Amino acid sequence: MDMVKFTIDGKEVEAEKGAYLLDVARENGVRIPTLCWHESIESPGACRMCVVEVKQGKRTRVVTSCLYPVSEGIEVKTQTDRVKHVRKVVLQLQMARCPESKELKDMADEMGVKPEPRFTPDATDNTCILCRMCVRTCEQVVGVSAIGFSYRGTEKVVGTPFKEQSKVCIGCGACAFVCPTHHIKMTGTPEEREIWGRNFKMMKCKTCGNYFAPIEQLEWISKKTGVPMDKLSVCQACK
Amino acid sequence: MRKLKTFDGVEKLRGELQKGRDPNKPCMTVCVGTGCLAYGTQKLVDSLKVELEKRKLQDKIDLRLSGCHGFCERGPMMVIYPQKIFYQRIGLNDAAEIIDKTLLKGEIIDRLLYVDPMTKEKIVYEHDCPFYKKQMRLVFGMNGQISPTSIDDYIAVGGYAALVKALQKMKPDAIVQEVIKANLRGRGGGGFPTGWKWDETRKATGDPKYVICNADEGDPGAYMDRSLLEGNPHLVLEGMIIGAYAIGSSNGYIYVRNEYPLAVQNITAAIQAAREYGLLGENILGSGFSFDVKINRGGGAFVCGESSALFASLEGRAGEPRVKYIHATHKGLWDKPTNLNNVETWANVPFIINRGADWYAGIGTAGSKGTKIFSLVGKINNTGLVEVPMGMKLREIVYDIGGGIPNGRKFKAVQTGGPSGGCIPEKYLDSPVDFDELTKLGSMMGSGGMIVMDDRNCMVDVPRYFLSFLEIESCGKCTPCREGVRRMKEILTDICEGRGQEGDVELLDSLAKAIVDGALCALGNSAPNPVISTIRYFRDEYDAHIRQKKCPAGVCKKLIKYRIDAKKCTGCGLCVKVCAVGATSGERKKPHAIDIAKCTRCGACMESCKFEAIIVE
Repeated sequence: MDMVKFTIDGKEVEAEKGAYLLDVARENGVRIPTLCWHESIESPGACRMCVVEVKQGKRTRVVTSCLYPVSEGIEVKTQTDRVKHVRKVVLQLQMARCPESKELKDMADEMGVKPEPRFTPDATDNTCILCRMCVRTCEQVVGVSAIGFSYRGTEKVVGTPFKEQSKVCIGCGACAFVCPTHHIKMTGTPEEREIWGRNFKMMKCKTCGNYFAPIEQLEWISKKTGVPMDKLSVCQACK
Repeated sequence: MRKLKTFDGVEKLRGELQKGRDPNKPCMTVCVGTGCLAYGTQKLVDSLKVELEKRKLQDKIDLRLSGCHGFCERGPMMVIYPQKIFYQRIGLNDAAEIIDKTLLKGEIIDRLLYVDPMTKEKIVYEHDCPFYKKQMRLVFGMNGQISPTSIDDYIAVGGYAALVKALQKMKPDAIVQEVIKANLRGRGGGGFPTGWKWDETRKATGDPKYVICNADEGDPGAYMDRSLLEGNPHLVLEGMIIGAYAIGSSNGYIYVRNEYPLAVQNITAAIQAAREYGLLGENILGSGFSFDVKINRGGGAFVCGESSALFASLEGRAGEPRVKYIHATHKGLWDKPTNLNNVETWANVPFIINRGADWYAGIGTAGSKGTKIFSLVGKINNTGLVEVPMGMKLREIVYDIGGGIPNGRKFKAVQTGGPSGGCIPEKYLDSPVDFDELTKLGSMMGSGGMIVMDDRNCMVDVPRYFLSFLEIESCGKCTPCREGVRRMKEILTDICEGRGQEGDVELLDSLAKAIVDGALCALGNSAPNPVISTIRYFRDEYDAHIRQKKCPAGVCKKLIKYRIDAKKCTGCGLCVKVCAVGATSGERKKPHAIDIAKCTRCGACMESCKFEAIIVE
């Protein structure tokens, strides 16, 4: 393994060459806030909360640590005024976009950031911060890509194509599970689940009789793994 | 068409083509670039054809339909060879007269000559026209001499000689070194040294490698790449083939906006013609090198001009940029080594190869070599495309080539570099156009937009406009650009509408810093530039809006009032006629008045008044 040595806030660290800076920082106990990072999915570098200053040779620049590959001799600073300013503004911008989000408020409290009074908060109960975790989970973890983005800029929204019921959605709810602001709503009864405007029939466990997962999700798993549906019709508890 | 299989084949063909062409044969070269077509030039062309046929002159007089000549302000236009008589603002029914008088009798039609606004002198020949005199038309030079749809025209004037030289006499590495030595820098915005980029891509491991031509020009008011692709597509193509050979790529793409139909049509035809001659495709001219180009039409998103967004779009995904800590030269299109250059950059390559790096590096300044095409627009007499050597002073471009500001108004600023560029005030008009100098002034070269503003442009409204554009064109991926640009625009709108508060300028500055540092791509990073530069140079206008609730330029509708100066008003009644809401009134031949309650501040009265009797305050 090709290892490199460099410093984070003056402390020398060692890591595999090309490893992402955020991962290395966290392994070394350095706290860097994030809004769009998740351990199971590739980071999009979208939220810009994880910015840090990196000095390489003579050049110092602000980079997103989640996607920055570490190299020998770099000097990383995670708490400079420049970095803190970007984080503060990003958080204020997100709070103005999603004034109802409890998660953003908690984060702001922790970081000592107050809402910018000059921004008129959007008159909405929208709590989607466009972190992309749902879209990426659906694509990279579930593998169905049932949801994506429509429009661009400030009008960008997450949803199914053309806001129609998705034929490829399996109702697994991974998007709702991963959503850091609980924006994606999943409702229903034990027999039936509703998400993205579609209802999904739930499978009844052959052993205990409890409903435990959408039938379409189990069919997808069966198709992907080759495990027959029969074997998948038992809930986790009874396996 | 015969397929050319050897290097000599090209030279032989060129010889035959030149032999068959009499340089003294009369030829009417009519500009059919998009600008001139919009003037209705097609009708003129049709009638020129009809009139030539009527007189059975079609074999004696050539009619050449060329790409853009640059002087778009003065279309429809033609240059009559061999004398190079320059006719402008040609009437669509002037065909017969031009043929009968000028072509047959050698008479000059006075009416169609350009009049120098400074000396009032009538200019007969193209090369005497002040608009062209100070230019150095290198990349654009061939536009008037060829028809963009004729590969033979291009070859006859020396086209594809650079390709032959490169393939026959130069090793790929020598070509890269030549481009490095010429210090050609990217014309699309970044100004990155092209040769270094080629070198990186050449050395990168990965197969296949791609070369791409970025023709996704989208700056408001800029159209130089469009005119190059429309007017001389083979020049761009030749540059790409040479680049591909140097880099070691067999796959090329041209990413061109679908809103440029003529550019798409002409480059498509050029690729087809080049394939038929064996200048593109398998084993080009028997060299063993193969290369072909595909066209991808972009859907019109401004952000797709950003390299990584362009790759995403080419790959069939939404045009969103990605973080580029690993350069495209190593991981670009489909994660393969990719070299992306802008249209104008590619078009410079054949000149460097033909005439050598030393010659090329002799043009321009220490850090910026060669020429640059600007689209000179806004409050300027000679709107059009101008090509000047790097290092020319902004003042020379605005006044000597551009002919100054219309109606003798006062110059206020010039915005260079497109929507993310900065506004440069009068005191820096003697600065040279140079990548580094413009950056020092808080602006940038960008792709070459140059918007001239006079004392009637409000320097708070201008950045508000550019930010509105960028807000719409932001892809929405990263927070600082998506939310930050929008908030900056909201504050600017407040200032323009009289709701500005103390501290707004400081807040704009603080937001700008966060966006510059925090945004993901160059669109976001540079979006605050118009605000930063106007705060830097025109802070007084911000203060007037915020503190006095006044717009010194008389632009911001909520902050202005129109009034009629009774001493100057002759009571002609024109302002009554043009007012759409009946706010102006008065007895004939007596001073008129404006009813402020009815007035919508559209400015039509002021525009129409011949006596400057309408005052904005």
